[in-house]
Amino acid sequence: MTIQQVEDEIVEEFSLFDSWDDKYEYIIDLGKRLAPLDDKYKIDENKVRGCQSTVWLAAEYKEDGKIYFTADSDAIIVKGLISMLIRVLSGRTPDEIINAPLTFIQRIGMTTHLAQTRSNGLLSMVKQMKNYAVAFKIKNSQLQ
Amino acid sequence: MQVAADLQKGLDVYAIREQFPILKREVKGKPLVYFDNAATSQKPQVVIDALVNYYTNYNANIHRGIHTLAEEATAAFEATRDTVQKFIGAASREEIIFTRGTTEGINLVAYTWGRQNLQAGDEVIISGMEHHSNIVPWQIICEEKNAVLKVIPVDDNGELILEEFEKLLTEKTKIVSVVHVSNALGTVNPVKQIIDAAHAKGAVVLIDGAQSSVHLDINVQEMDCDFFAFSAHKLYGPTGVGALYGKKQILEAMPVFQGGGEMIKEVTFAKTTYNDLPYKYEAGTPNIADVVAFKAALDFMTETGMKKMRDYEHELLAYATEQLEQIEGLKIIGKAREKTSLISFVIDKVHPQDVGILLDNRGIAVRTGHHCAQTLMERFCIPGTIRASFAIYNTKEEIDALVEGLKKAIKLLV
Repeated sequence: MTIQQVEDEIVEEFSLFDSWDDKYEYIIDLGKRLAPLDDKYKIDENKVRGCQSTVWLAAEYKEDGKIYFTADSDAIIVKGLISMLIRVLSGRTPDEIINAPLTFIQRIGMTTHLAQTRSNGLLSMVKQMKNYAVAFKIKNSQLQ
Repeated sequence: MQVAADLQKGLDVYAIREQFPILKREVKGKPLVYFDNAATSQKPQVVIDALVNYYTNYNANIHRGIHTLAEEATAAFEATRDTVQKFIGAASREEIIFTRGTTEGINLVAYTWGRQNLQAGDEVIISGMEHHSNIVPWQIICEEKNAVLKVIPVDDNGELILEEFEKLLTEKTKIVSVVHVSNALGTVNPVKQIIDAAHAKGAVVLIDGAQSSVHLDINVQEMDCDFFAFSAHKLYGPTGVGALYGKKQILEAMPVFQGGGEMIKEVTFAKTTYNDLPYKYEAGTPNIADVVAFKAALDFMTETGMKKMRDYEHELLAYATEQLEQIEGLKIIGKAREKTSLISFVIDKVHPQDVGILLDNRGIAVRTGHHCAQTLMERFCIPGTIRASFAIYNTKEEIDALVEGLKKAIKLLV
């Protein structure tokens, strides 16, 4: 599936919920199910700035030419949001990540529903993921 | 007789609510429950009207114009000064300086009094429950002057340890700057005791009244503080304006803060002479409209009745404390003997941010995080709290809604 298709899939899932109570319940559930991050990755350089809660995000570039993200947070809703970002962006090539539209965040109403300060946290995560992709792409081109 | 009977009665919260138009709005499809009053309070119609009336009818620059509008604007602006003077019990109107708020008031003292009076090795004492705005200005000036910043520790109940304060006080102490009421815990500090002890050692005292001015009777002369800083927006007034009180002889001896219009007597390229108090510290065109509306807020409070408001707030605090304590896993941070209507709490296995988001989804506004008091959060080994702070327009039904919202949130999150 392309990134676009996964995004559409998430939007469709969210359209099944009538209320934000249900949407949050779903996001919380995603957060609870996200595999915990190994403590060795919970270091300062993996912290995402701009979040009220602590968010750690680690990225690994594997031999298949794709980036794999793992992340964690001490706040569960944020963790649910990261879980969705990972679903969309993990296991993709740097170019795919850099060019990902990520319109699903807006389409599920997240940006208007989360207070600005918290949306900033979400946008910080997206930015950090894209930064990783750019960094790996540059590193790649230098190796070749 | 009727008047006496009315005075006996408590606060009519529903009549009060009618005066705050914002309370009619909905958030996320639910009636707004506003419990973030320690951050800023909502405004009654009289304050909003005062702003509109100023801009509609007599907007003009103050003090210099000789035309009618300028005279009216000046009169209204200066009337607020008189009202502030009375409200905090200052000896004279010259002791009231308009600022942008508490933060600017503290910075003014740090940059003028501090710069003039602090020398290498001198000591400044603050407390472990200060807002960042009563920490950072002192850090800056201490660094510049090679002075030492000392901190009164806080005990497990969220009270200052006064015995430790007595030990910190020495002949080297030049200024003590402490918060009257903690914005993160609600603790009312024994400022009179602190002021007397500091004065005995020859130090001056600044009281950060950002939180106290709306909840307590303030009398700066009885308190005998040297400076008192507060903001209008926490007292049902507009944002962007506050007042700094300073004892006249101290203000007179202090160097100027900012240079510009209004604060001068005569300017030549060789030498400028400065204006008298309070204008000496009010450079530039001030925030006239908001200063004017500030008076409406203070009048609103006085007319509502300080004691009535205080009694009602205490009733809300007692009710909320009782209700919240029944929630399993909830722990109140800050159990001082004397508190204002504010409750900070944490919940087992739950991050404050998650609770804040879920409460917002039910139209309930609380504050989550470190409340600009990171050092205090560190003291309690927590990243932050959930804070519900109550104003005179809040009701017990709203507290019930909070309790209900918290229970639902915990069920979802744990």
